[in-house]
Amino acid sequence: MTTITADQIIAWIERYSIRIAEQKEFLTKLDSDIGDADHGANMNRGFQAVLAKKAELQGKDIGALLKIVAMTLISTVGGAAGALYGTFFLQASNVTAGKTELTPEEFVLVLEKGLAGIVLRGKAAIGDKTMVDALHPAVKACRRAIAANESLDQALAEAVAAAEAGLQSTIPLMARRGRASYLGERSVNHQDPGATSTFFLFECAAETLTGKQ
Amino acid sequence: MKKLINSPENVVLESISGLGAAFPDLIKVHFNPNYIVRVDAPVQGKVGIVSGGGSGHEPMHGGFVGKGMLDAACPGAVFTSPTPDQMHEATKAVNGGKGVLHIVKNYTGDVMNFEMAADLARGEGVDVEAVVIDDDVAVKDSLYTAGRRGVGTTVLAEKIVGAAAEQGCTLKEAAALCHKVNAHGRSMGMALTSCVVPHVGKPTFDLPEDEMEIGIGIHGEPGRQRLKLKSADEITEMLLNPILEDLPYQNGDNVLLFVNSMGGTPSIELFIVYRKAHEILTKKGIKVSRSFVGPEITSLEMAGASITLLKLDDQLTKLWDAPVHTPALRWGV
Ligand SMILES: Nc1ncnc2c1ncn2[C@@H]1O[C@H](COP(=O)(O)OP(=O)(O)OP(=O)(O)O)[C@@H](O)[C@H]1O
Ligand SMILES: [Mg+2]
Repeated sequence: MTTITADQIIAWIERYSIRIAEQKEFLTKLDSDIGDADHGANMNRGFQAVLAKKAELQGKDIGALLKIVAMTLISTVGGAAGALYGTFFLQASNVTAGKTELTPEEFVLVLEKGLAGIVLRGKAAIGDKTMVDALHPAVKACRRAIAANESLDQALAEAVAAAEAGLQSTIPLMARRGRASYLGERSVNHQDPGATSTFFLFECAAETLTGKQ
Repeated sequence: MKKLINSPENVVLESISGLGAAFPDLIKVHFNPNYIVRVDAPVQGKVGIVSGGGSGHEPMHGGFVGKGMLDAACPGAVFTSPTPDQMHEATKAVNGGKGVLHIVKNYTGDVMNFEMAADLARGEGVDVEAVVIDDDVAVKDSLYTAGRRGVGTTVLAEKIVGAAAEQGCTLKEAAALCHKVNAHGRSMGMALTSCVVPHVGKPTFDLPEDEMEIGIGIHGEPGRQRLKLKSADEITEMLLNPILEDLPYQNGDNVLLFVNSMGGTPSIELFIVYRKAHEILTKKGIKVSRSFVGPEITSLEMAGASITLLKLDDQLTKLWDAPVHTPALRWGV
């Protein structure tokens, strides 16, 4: 059976850090339309700090390395995204303590716990125009595929597609959580920055956690 | 961008270093994580009062650390909420055994990062309560939004609750008092110009020469409406009326009238606004028994002003008058 190794998790995080750096301007542009123009800067500050700790991540079990990622994000990102992504990785580290590899089933659990943490912290529901609009369907798609005994590759591909559809779904929505909610009607017709950075997280997972690196 | 800075990355760090160097008898600045504490922290047997938020609103919050006001302030990056490790460390640094109150402005990032810090501190046995300030009448309050923003009332809450803590109230009493101040305070602001966030380098929004934004937030969030520029008297009315209707403030009430500069508006103009606001209130039979005028909760160099009204009773008036000694606010000492 396929498993996900600690090195693959590091590759995922590293790929994502690079993606965030590349997309920094784009994320900030999205946030300047409906927020305060800092989502790209916030995420990049956090993931550059994570990248700087790459050596520390190597050789650790998955729980331990995700904990370092979580604590680094919590102490460097700030804003809504810092608390939310920090919580995601903290919950992920709690269910992977001591593990050096994950079965697909265990990986889905990581995603589910991360999602639950974000919802508990931010209290956003689907349709509120937040990262949850991308995260929730992606996690559900992954769960469905793994439960149906599809391959991990297949499950991640479906998660990416679901995240992308979720991301697109934020465009016509009126924001009901976060800074964008202050805009009311003026938030309509804009893509949510947090949902966008979440979509990248799944894209990077599909690129690194399956055989086709 | 034209600013008196060395580099955008070092703005917060260098500014709080300067604050610490200027007031060594009042405060200590702690770096990494960044927080500012009163020099005698922790004060044993006193409830600790901690606030914080994005930088760019100076003198709030760091300028309000000291005897009779805040025990600690946690400055985030400009306009970005601070991180939980800052509030967690600050909370421990000011815990004198009677617990710690977090005064949090209602912004999603601030609320969540303070919650995480409170969880961490409670996990280590520190009693923590948090009160969220949400006094901006420009924002519709609804279950389906992030709710009203925390603005001018925050400064008044820090002063009043800080005084009560100094006089020996319990954590529960401090939290209840903070809720009371929030319940009796309302604000609304306006902008004549945008501001430039140092690491962004260009204006947060475009506002043509002859227009203004009514109901602006302290981070340049758009307000209720964008209009052609009007006279100071008309603008004062546009800010004050929604405030008056909201609580509502009525004939016979005593109030504190707080006229605040967004950073770029000079004192000479603030007093023009103050004059008109005082006149409107007096006509309505509302007695202005305390006044507060100046740049206290700013938005970098944004030109504009905000008005905050706080309905006073004996308790709030006495606590407002109580001695305070901080870098930005000092009386009775
Ligand atoms: N309550 C929430 N639940 C889930 N996601 C949220 C919530 N509030 C905001 N978000 C997400 O956070 C993103 C904005 O993140 P960003 O890094 O810009 O923080 P911020 O809101 O600007 O924080 P701050 O207000 O402190 O500056 C939004 O696009 C949205 O996806
Ligand atoms: Mg933002």
